[in-house]
Amino acid sequence: MNTTIALTLDLKGLSCPLPIVKTSKAMKDLRSGEVLEALATDPGSVPDFDAWCRATGNELVESSREDGVFRFVIRKR
Amino acid sequence: MPAEVVILGGGVGGTLTANLLSKELGRDGHVTVVDPTGMHVYQPGFLYLALGQAHGRWLARDERTLLRKDVDLAVEAAERVDPEQGIVHLARGGSLPYDHLVIATGARLVPEEIPGLPEGSYDFYSMEGAHRLREALRTFDGGRILVGIAGIPYKCPPAPVEFVFMLEEQLRHRGIRDRTEVTLLSPLNRAFTIESASKIVQPIMERRGIGLSTFFNVESVDPGAHAVTSLEGEKAEYDLLVLVPPHRGQRFLEDSGLTDAGGWLPVDRATLQLQGHDNVFGIGDATNLPISKSGSTAHFEAPVVASRIVSMIRGTAPKANYGGRVMCFLETGHHRATALRFDYEHPPTPPRPSVLWHSAKWMFNRLYWHTVPQGRIPERTREVRREHEEES
Repeated sequence: MNTTIALTLDLKGLSCPLPIVKTSKAMKDLRSGEVLEALATDPGSVPDFDAWCRATGNELVESSREDGVFRFVIRKR
Repeated sequence: MPAEVVILGGGVGGTLTANLLSKELGRDGHVTVVDPTGMHVYQPGFLYLALGQAHGRWLARDERTLLRKDVDLAVEAAERVDPEQGIVHLARGGSLPYDHLVIATGARLVPEEIPGLPEGSYDFYSMEGAHRLREALRTFDGGRILVGIAGIPYKCPPAPVEFVFMLEEQLRHRGIRDRTEVTLLSPLNRAFTIESASKIVQPIMERRGIGLSTFFNVESVDPGAHAVTSLEGEKAEYDLLVLVPPHRGQRFLEDSGLTDAGGWLPVDRATLQLQGHDNVFGIGDATNLPISKSGSTAHFEAPVVASRIVSMIRGTAPKANYGGRVMCFLETGHHRATALRFDYEHPPTPPRPSVLWHSAKWMFNRLYWHTVPQGRIPERTREVRREHEEES
């Protein structure tokens, strides 16, 4: 499946719940199947993104960490 | 020549900074507070006002009466800040030059950013809003009440949770609880952003039969259909809707080019200096710091800013830093409350809700006017109190 990133959100430095709120807003403008990448530094965002994807039915393609930055790749349902 | 310090905003942060500076500087400095209304409002009281537990009169005082005599008060709106020249331009004409500037202008409510919100929703985030909600609740006779947050960041994060608890209690007293559904709409998968507080709050909500709708980020309100829609695509119907309106920083700061996209001042998290301008400080709700927008934050920041300005004027090395300290009460209804104390490095570990914390909040509400603006709650007593609690 295509994982070309349609949009990258820089959420670094933001604290809970802003990363989720901003992602929610951005997802609204994507088409079904399009992929969003979110970069965050708040450790709380890991469980939050996981739970948010399960609740909304969007697919969490990737959840990883590099140099203190959490990367979430989400495909819109 | 005394150094000129101009302070924009006569709320907690502005007033306390002004009083601390004037006391410390004496003849070395001259302090002017600029506030468009000249009234100091105790905003935590809006919650009680909306629920009919306080009078509006109790919540506002003439700012002049809270300032030391040698602090000047200009009841004026600022129109523009020119940090290159060191001048504040006032809306009615005229200007104030400064050597040091403190911006403590708080947040403004922008309900119009959510379609349908101004017509369809009530709030307790302004004096007028709290009065309107109080009237609506007086005539409310059962149905579905939704309480939520329509924008982030917003002031006093525990307030919506406190509101549902206190509302639930009120409905019980009025004998209409059994025909009223109360639901909290949360932007996350829990009732409160801070996880440790959520763990205390959610079981109480369950026991009291208060509903929780998770991942509900408000997108729009349809006042005709009595429905609110979320960004996640859900729709919820209501008979009475209470939403915290979106917040932004003050427009004149945006117009002056000093803010980020949300209208907040980008300040250093420790020194509170505005990025790129060492003689300009931001305090309280006006900043972009990732901590609670609350009077308590401003209360703990004010001594840091005052101390740094005194050092700059005296030519000594500034030592005071802000560590992100915040202290909030959280009312859980039925005369109980808990407390959230935290900083940048330490998340809160709230105690079990008790009558003690509820009494402490009431005591604070009553003593506020005689202690906080004047700086009569010294840091030490709080530290001592905390140590004492940990021992017992």
